[in-house]
Amino acid sequence: MSRTLSAPVTVAFDYTRSTGPVLGRFLTGLREKRVVGVRTSEGRVVVPPPEFDPVTHQQVDDFVEVADTGTVTSWTWVPEPVKGQPLARPFAFALVTLDGADAPMVHALDVSSPDQVRTGMRVRIRWAEERVGAITDIACFEPAEDAAAGTATQLGDLGDNPVTGVITPVELDYLYAASPEESSFYRAIAEGRIIGQRCPTCGKVYVPPRSACPADGTPTTDEVELSHTGTVTTFCIVNVPFLGQRITPPYVSAYVLLDGADIAFLHLILDIPAEEVRMGMRVKAVWKPREEWGTTIENISHFSPTGEPDADYDTYKHHL
Amino acid sequence: MAKQPAAIVGIGQTHHRAKREDVSMAGLCREAIDRALADANVSLDDIDAIVVGKAPDLFEGVMMPELFLAESLGAAGKPLLRVHTAGSVGGSTAIVAASLVQAGVHKRVLTVAYEKQSESNAMWALSVPVPFNMPVHAGAGGYFAPHVRSYIRRSGAPTHVGAIVAAKDRQNALKNPYAHLRNPDTTVESVLASQVLWDPIRYDETCPSSDGACAMVIVDEDTAAASSNPAWIHGTVMRSEATTAAERDQVNPQAGRDAAAYLWKQAGITDPLAEIDAAEIYVPFSWFEPMWLENLGFTAEGEGWKLTESGGTAMDGRLPVNCSGGVLSSNPIGASGMLRFGEAALQVRGAAGEHQVDGARKALGHAYGGGSQFFAMWVVGADKPSN
Repeated sequence: MSRTLSAPVTVAFDYTRSTGPVLGRFLTGLREKRVVGVRTSEGRVVVPPPEFDPVTHQQVDDFVEVADTGTVTSWTWVPEPVKGQPLARPFAFALVTLDGADAPMVHALDVSSPDQVRTGMRVRIRWAEERVGAITDIACFEPAEDAAAGTATQLGDLGDNPVTGVITPVELDYLYAASPEESSFYRAIAEGRIIGQRCPTCGKVYVPPRSACPADGTPTTDEVELSHTGTVTTFCIVNVPFLGQRITPPYVSAYVLLDGADIAFLHLILDIPAEEVRMGMRVKAVWKPREEWGTTIENISHFSPTGEPDADYDTYKHHL
Repeated sequence: MAKQPAAIVGIGQTHHRAKREDVSMAGLCREAIDRALADANVSLDDIDAIVVGKAPDLFEGVMMPELFLAESLGAAGKPLLRVHTAGSVGGSTAIVAASLVQAGVHKRVLTVAYEKQSESNAMWALSVPVPFNMPVHAGAGGYFAPHVRSYIRRSGAPTHVGAIVAAKDRQNALKNPYAHLRNPDTTVESVLASQVLWDPIRYDETCPSSDGACAMVIVDEDTAAASSNPAWIHGTVMRSEATTAAERDQVNPQAGRDAAAYLWKQAGITDPLAEIDAAEIYVPFSWFEPMWLENLGFTAEGEGWKLTESGGTAMDGRLPVNCSGGVLSSNPIGASGMLRFGEAALQVRGAAGEHQVDGARKALGHAYGGGSQFFAMWVVGADKPSN
């Protein structure tokens, strides 16, 4: 058995990017199968356009249209494409200087082997069938050895439906690893026990235990079996719904200080109307049916009032 | 060796809004930067180094803003640093920028902090479930509400004090053309009547979600001589502490108390309530005004709410707090701390416009972040510090 527990986590969100007027023009152009660049104060044509001039620092405004043909200035081979890359088969990432531009842009070049790529080769944009005003409107570049040289021209009208935003889905997959101390806590939870550990330096009982006591940096060591009852130190009633929420509001999110512990942890309070929950209220862990248990604090469904008198404020005021 | 004197000679900010869909992040930063440069009467070419700050990465899905912003910020060929301390980042970014001048490394440093909350969802970003843990997190409001409850219990404050703060800051915001929320009808009664989101925190006691940026130009003594109204830095401080520790004081955190004590000592201030003329304090939820008044040492512990309730923190009070409308009226998170620092500087420069406190000579800028675990503060003054 591994010393530590781990579990996969996926964090994903579709971020909505405002392009601003400069990048918006570039993306609007792509939607119309046109490549928009900008002439900088030094007279260089750059694609995609920078938002601000590298010399004057002013927002750029001298827009040009360049050809959809160009020349490879450098490249690298991608033998094993990964998810999200422009092509699912092996391809080259190439720096392509479009005809009329003075600086290269990077994109995929669709060739079947590295033998078919060389610096100086002529290429052409392969446009996506459906274009939405995003860099993916350029599906990739493809070889075009016979393509005549194009030039830059002043940008004409792009229509009255400019692109102002793009959606950028971001997804992060990783493995969350609990520390050895936390792992022993969650393994005990899987057996219906709640264990803390005492810091050998300051003597405080941490639940869950810690790899480094926040006060002195010492790993907690001496195991302490904790009671399943405790005191609500403080709490809030969550009335607001939000994206990704796992519990339907309203619910009481409370700090529960277990008897024998020196730190409270957050859990859910049920079996009592939310407005009757009190600081100092005595509560006990209510466990899910054993067959639903895993190595998670969620084995404890919630905490429920014990019916005992409320704890005296002095017994928990140092835990606020 | 003693620190070199440093002063703020340029301040710029955006008109903060719920959504600025007309500009990119770079464009948003440049609006603030261009105003700060114009205020300082310098150009980007005059700047020696640039220090940038923004909110935590998940908030905007941008992990290395310095990479894609470098050119737009005019940083090509210059040092570019990024600072990262959660919600306090705007303050700590300004302090890092100031330290480059105070250390004698650079003469003219540009600092900028920004956030485009409209491009993402901060509530989601703060509530991503962690394996094995109980999924009861509910954003910043869910995090801070229990500690507000603790404050109310501990201090015995009447429950309408939070509403007094919210009504005051929203009224102050009407005097600030850059403020996001402009609700002339906000009163203590209307705040109390608003929905309770994270009991005991009500909707109107909560900061908005804003797009915005703030920038400052911080310069050395020689360069400041060209300015008619520099804001001199009298002290800066940053402190951190563990988010969760046994018997950690979540209402009145040690790091904040220690930071304030050191700040007042640096600035030669023995009675902050008497000597500070205006304070811009990071108050994202209204109850944090009385909580931080105590943490900062403006009042004794348990007495902060009395200053608020008495009207002492209003614009005409003994200690005007958040005359700009504060975080409660504009909250581009990454920039919110720098806005506090910048607004404090505007006050001592006599440049705060309609929300100017008459004759302000010394002001506090304050920011906090994480689970009240990062603190950044500065004192700025109209006079060059004598120490």
